Amino acid sequence: MEWSGAVSLGAMTQRITRDEVVHVARLARLSLSDAEIDEFTSQLGDILEHAADIEALDVGDVEPTLHPLPMVNVLRPDELCPALDRDLLLSQAPAAEDGQFRVPPILGEEP
Amino acid sequence: MSALDLASAVRSGERSAVDVIDEHLARIDARDGEINAFNQVTAVAAREAAAAVDAAVAAGKDPGPLAGVPIAIKDNMCTTGVATTCSSKILEGWEPPYDATVVQRVAAAGAVMVGKTNLDEFAMGSSTENSAFGPTKNPLDTSRVPGGSSGGSAAAVAADFASLSLGSDTGGSIRQPAAFCGLVGMKPTYGAVSRYGLIAFGSSLDQIGPFSKTVVESAALLEVIGGHDPLDSTSIDQSAFDLTSVLDRGVEGMRIGILRELSGGEGGVEGLSADVIARTNEAAAALEKAGATVVEVSVPSATLGLSAYYLVAPAEASSNLSRFDGVRYGLRVDAPTTGEMMTATRTAGFGPEVKRRIMLGTYALSAGYYDAFYGRALKVRTMMLQEFALVYAEVDLLLTPTAPTTAFRLGDRTADPMTMYVNDVCTIPSNLTGHPAISVPFGVGDDGLPVGVQLLGPALSEPTIYQAAAALEAAAPGEGSLS
Amino acid sequence: MTAHEPSLPEEWELVVGLEVHVELATKTKLFCGCENKFSHIPNTLTCPTCVGLPGSLPVMNEKAVEFAMRLGRALGCEIHPSVMARKNYFYPDMAKDFQTTQYDQPTNADGQLALADGTIVGIERAHIEEDAGKTTHVGGGGRINDATYSLVDYNRAGVPLVEIVSQPDIRTVGHAKAYVSELRDILLAIQVSDAKMEEGSMRVDANVSVRPTGSDELRTRCELKNINSVRSLGRAIEYEARRHVDLYTNGEAPRQETRHWDEEGGRSTAGRSKEDADDYRYFQEPDLVPLSPTAAQIAEIDASMPVLPAARRARLGELSSVADEVIVTVVERGQDGLALGAIEAGADADKVLTRIQNDLAVDDWSAVTSESLAMLIQMETGGELTATQVKQVLGEMAAGEHGGDPKVIAAAHGFEAMESNELETLVDQLIVDHPDEWSRFVDGDDGDRKKMQGFFTGQIMKATKGQADGRAVAQLLGQKSAG
Repeated sequence: MEWSGAVSLGAMTQRITRDEVVHVARLARLSLSDAEIDEFTSQLGDILEHAADIEALDVGDVEPTLHPLPMVNVLRPDELCPALDRDLLLSQAPAAEDGQFRVPPILGEEP
Repeated sequence: MSALDLASAVRSGERSAVDVIDEHLARIDARDGEINAFNQVTAVAAREAAAAVDAAVAAGKDPGPLAGVPIAIKDNMCTTGVATTCSSKILEGWEPPYDATVVQRVAAAGAVMVGKTNLDEFAMGSSTENSAFGPTKNPLDTSRVPGGSSGGSAAAVAADFASLSLGSDTGGSIRQPAAFCGLVGMKPTYGAVSRYGLIAFGSSLDQIGPFSKTVVESAALLEVIGGHDPLDSTSIDQSAFDLTSVLDRGVEGMRIGILRELSGGEGGVEGLSADVIARTNEAAAALEKAGATVVEVSVPSATLGLSAYYLVAPAEASSNLSRFDGVRYGLRVDAPTTGEMMTATRTAGFGPEVKRRIMLGTYALSAGYYDAFYGRALKVRTMMLQEFALVYAEVDLLLTPTAPTTAFRLGDRTADPMTMYVNDVCTIPSNLTGHPAISVPFGVGDDGLPVGVQLLGPALSEPTIYQAAAALEAAAPGEGSLS
Repeated sequence: MTAHEPSLPEEWELVVGLEVHVELATKTKLFCGCENKFSHIPNTLTCPTCVGLPGSLPVMNEKAVEFAMRLGRALGCEIHPSVMARKNYFYPDMAKDFQTTQYDQPTNADGQLALADGTIVGIERAHIEEDAGKTTHVGGGGRINDATYSLVDYNRAGVPLVEIVSQPDIRTVGHAKAYVSELRDILLAIQVSDAKMEEGSMRVDANVSVRPTGSDELRTRCELKNINSVRSLGRAIEYEARRHVDLYTNGEAPRQETRHWDEEGGRSTAGRSKEDADDYRYFQEPDLVPLSPTAAQIAEIDASMPVLPAARRARLGELSSVADEVIVTVVERGQDGLALGAIEAGADADKVLTRIQNDLAVDDWSAVTSESLAMLIQMETGGELTATQVKQVLGEMAAGEHGGDPKVIAAAHGFEAMESNELETLVDQLIVDHPDEWSRFVDGDDGDRKKMQGFFTGQIMKATKGQADGRAVAQLLGQKSAG
């Protein structure tokens, strides 16, 4: 990894760098022009600067909340539902062959 | 004629649903070229559905509480065989093989979908200018935005293209356009309406809700779409609300707090315009006059909402939008390898605002930053919930403006993302807490455009909110100069 | 257990941890109601959720959670409240371009697995996750990097998995293999998976490193994938360990990486390293809610836990004096119930176990009952059948011939004990040689008679090396004493 992103909690984060923008774009599978990289570096920096108010907050003992209404154990019975019609499914595919989705060669290691 | 009057006329056989639909389709034909509320008008299917309603009436069957009522559906909700695009090139032409739960429920209630409405791409925006299919204009003043992201759904009702519409609200995307277009817009409690079939933006924030001209129509539509859905794990396990029956109960004895931080009070958010603050104070006075006790209250963390939201929503969105990769549906831009194809497809398919939020969210979740950003934002949600809980021990509901200003001009805020984001400052806290909130029109601003005021309540306080909303509606000053 | 294994040079020690993915044998997938089975017809076991269609949502399968907890308890894990998380990465077989899995809050943690020889291997965690679809590479001999294109089938996408992560406690190849077979036996015993490595319902990855003998450091490890059998596992670990030793010996060091085992070539090869492999941007899955099993649920799982292989081995060990590996084999094949029944019916324990191990190594032995096996072993003990004949009869019993009755089968083959006139000569000689005993047999009480019958029978068996038919001997003794 050509960047390192360790942040000390509670401290003001450094402004996002151009290299970080390039790295994040690669993670997100977006290809950016030089001009876009500059623009995002500046805009994301502004937005994150606005977030400095919560960065300055002492949140040590606070538990995170994802769902406002606490619910647990939402489960369904192990029962069959009808499958989708394959032709209907594949009719939306950009490319299909032999009942499967066709993609260009996959280079690199399987995850 | 209100949706409920239409439905009762259709149910009694006094009016044919086909006529009702034709009348609305004609209006769309005449004016949507200018407004651009719809991505697609489903005229043929609408006439067929209306004919089926008429047939049911003729056969003596119950055609449902919304029989023959024309409804517009935001184009981020799945409709079987009808293109669902999220106003994005990446999904152009995609026809889902299934219906969103809300789409099924409105159809089962006899409502007739007339089309899919425009939005900011993937619901990311506050003006409906970020659409791959061009901006929607505010029917009250076409030089103005209708708000967003559900601008098409708001415009469709404001222009009488449909009696009712459905929007989705992640940070204010129903309430702010309702305010800009002079409508009632409701974001229900998180989990009160199924998200199954709603193309996700920020999964822990998204809720579907109704647009209408009146409070009673809003309540009737929420009764239809609400209630438990086993297909959504976050759906609250309880039956649908009973709302229409409580509307006439008034606010006598109710305690209502003016939320200082979001209503122009000291130490609160900046940038609220004077006329909007004035209307909010007048709304408070009207509620007081109707018998409520009004007090000023404080939720200090409410000012942190914007920052927390612009970390949580993009983080979730960055993951939700990964699936648009050119493999299974939608756009594909060919390239020699799958990896390159995915990058080329996403680069060509997403607009700039969507890319900006994917970048922001990816960054907020990435190694080394999670604790500082996403993790911290989730803790802010906890703080907000705790502070709101304290306030709701004192008052039943809160009152704030819905948006800092009235509808702004097209193109006015597209240059700098932050100036657009601050539009959501009053609406965002309810998404972070999951609490319900409604925007009700209350007078006009200095520019003659409608002002919306917002009522907030604790989880599942919808009946109380509608009760107070009805009182506000009754007390609202006469029609504005433009409507 | 491997009796002798090619070991590393004495100054090096092997350090192995195993990650085993197990497909749970539920009827439906983890998050949707699609059938969980193997199908040769691609993309027929799919729905909006497992193909990651926009708007679809997951709902957790209660059976998968129960199976996962049962497995956790069988491995001695503590069951914790848990959450699902998203592991974000782009790959065409991952329909949402994220995997829903457990990350920092897994359901099962801190268990252990006891190998047949008593060695304890720690279990770090056993967490729930979804499987991916399958890609087939077309052209270039099916190799991923030479293919002209690839095809994706989502039938397997969303199949429930438990990933069992061991501590790096394994020190020999034999123990690694024993760990996998013990785990498989447990999975079969608790009926949560069919655990077939060859068919992919149990997949083993090995984290391999070496260190100087006597040290307790953990050196750089390599993760070996694509191991398709227990035999491959042994070969792969051996190869990899030697590769590390060679590198260190040459003053080099291995890189931490994922390597693919090439069974045909007998070597591991480095995969192309992914730039963003270690930035999966994990965060809690907002579309699912936490799992929080109650003490009652856990107690119910514990109460329904069958006797596990280790305890079954111990039971047979108490009853017999055969070598450990005989018992291991019998329990592994699930034939310990049969053996116990036969032993309870009076058959000699060591003979029962040895016969089963040697002569019942067949897939289907359901026609053999404890009773019929006991009868066969008694026929053997009583000298009615020779060892070769027993083997043949047992084979035919397993095949279900003659109703599986050993007497009928033996008779059908004309397997007879010694000729009766030869036997009579022997008996007459014995009476002459042991007059005291004979008179106790003829004139004694029931107890004496019984004792003495045993004495004479034993003598005859001794003289005939067990070839005599015990019943024929008894009959002859009866005749002589009466006559």
